Amino acid sequence: MTINNVRQIYVDHSAGKPVDSRVVDEMLPYFKASYGNPSSFHRFGQEAKQALDNSREDISKLINAEKPETIIFTSGATESNNLAIKGMAIRNRKKGTKIVTSAVEHMSVVNSCKSLVRQGFQTTFSPVDSYGLLDLAKLEENIDEQTKLVSVVYANGEIGTIQPINEISEIVHKKGAYLHVDATAACGQIPVNVKKDGIDLMTISCNDMYGPKGVGALYLKDSLRIDPLLHGGGQERGLRSGTENVSSIIGFGKAAEITRLEMKSESKRLVKIRDSLIQGLIDPVPYTFLNGHPKKRLPDNVSLRFNFIEGESILLSLALSGVFASSGSACAAKTLQPSHVLLAMGLKHEEAHGSLMITLGRQNTQKDADYIKELIPSIIDRLRNMSPLTPKELKK
Amino acid sequence: MYSNKVMDHFTHPRNTGEIIDADGVGTVGNPTCGDLMTMYIKIKDNRIEDIKFKTFGCGAAIATSSMTTELAKGKTIDEAMKISRASVAESLGGLPKVKMHCSNLAADALHAAIEDYKGKLKKNKEEQK
Repeated sequence: MTINNVRQIYVDHSAGKPVDSRVVDEMLPYFKASYGNPSSFHRFGQEAKQALDNSREDISKLINAEKPETIIFTSGATESNNLAIKGMAIRNRKKGTKIVTSAVEHMSVVNSCKSLVRQGFQTTFSPVDSYGLLDLAKLEENIDEQTKLVSVVYANGEIGTIQPINEISEIVHKKGAYLHVDATAACGQIPVNVKKDGIDLMTISCNDMYGPKGVGALYLKDSLRIDPLLHGGGQERGLRSGTENVSSIIGFGKAAEITRLEMKSESKRLVKIRDSLIQGLIDPVPYTFLNGHPKKRLPDNVSLRFNFIEGESILLSLALSGVFASSGSACAAKTLQPSHVLLAMGLKHEEAHGSLMITLGRQNTQKDADYIKELIPSIIDRLRNMSPLTPKELKK
Repeated sequence: MYSNKVMDHFTHPRNTGEIIDADGVGTVGNPTCGDLMTMYIKIKDNRIEDIKFKTFGCGAAIATSSMTTELAKGKTIDEAMKISRASVAESLGGLPKVKMHCSNLAADALHAAIEDYKGKLKKNKEEQK
């Protein structure tokens, strides 16, 4: 796409993705023709209910769930994380009041845990190494008899590092706790298999699979019971009351089906572009480093840090040249705090400030990567020449 | 998010660099917070004859530094001391609210450079006595 003759390259896919046109086509009839309430007895209602169940099946197939009824539709990954953590904690309150999670979680996990602390629960944030990988020995140490729930991100969208979920699951179950996995960024990019991975609850996002925003799901293992957050008419097996967002859920099902069929080839394509970008930026620009693990890494994720400069000014410069990315810098955030994920990996504040996140998507090509590779070194040079932190030998 | 004036000063910052034989140097901010600025001034006949800056920070930090140098150049020391964070932000057509505090430090850096110059002047006079 070009606007005013400037090429427009969107590389902020972990923040938001376009909806696949095949998904939109599938959704449209549910706005004006099949508008019934799935709880209604008549034909209109039953049509909608059938469509919901089909979507449930598509999503359960994607993650290899034991049956479609394990999928509970929510308003998105944030609600799913809230429902999993609070629902499990409150349900099991009498058995234990400690929740163990990691230091590289999404804010919806962090703040759900913190809200439980105000209600008398305990939360431990288990540390990660410099790649953002969980320290498994520490994790095991942190899970005590009071711990009934462990919540871990499958792969953090900011740094791309994929956690060893299988090994984590073994530890958690050996200790007699349940495992919730936030698979928001992972599900749709890498194979996620709740049976093989040993997952008890799992958060899935729809927009991350090129479906609409405002809808998500929680996988809840068949034998498990949790308390709902929303009470009402008893939809979604009583775990999420409120009339279902039918059209979006239909889109979710289609998005999951497309993902299941196309993920393998698409991920392979993205890994190539990703690695060419990483190498093509680290090699020519000194004092540039990769955030996260080089191999155990989401296919879409290029997370870099450029020393001596600040991320927001990199983003501004990129946007002026038609490239739209993201940063973990405080100055680019509403909170004015650098990303807790980058700090958890042991980065200093000033290093976290210089971070740049490029997340690729279906619309990106190798040509886009080549354009970005050509563009970035001059942006970095310009900003470093202005910075009082830049060492003399780098000045031009 | 930023005004056209801010974007202009960000993309074409005025007076960047160092003055090797500066009469006064002022540094404010902290890289931990994401903003660090250094101002260099050259004084002749009580006026700011030349001024340059180096800034590590966001778009607003760079633009306020640039605007401050533009406002200060040619002014007497007393006039320059009156340049404030608010007047810099106003000259830029305003700044986003979150940036008013953390990234709008350039006037402070200018004042620090002037104080540095005054301190050196005082020291020189004392040594002459």
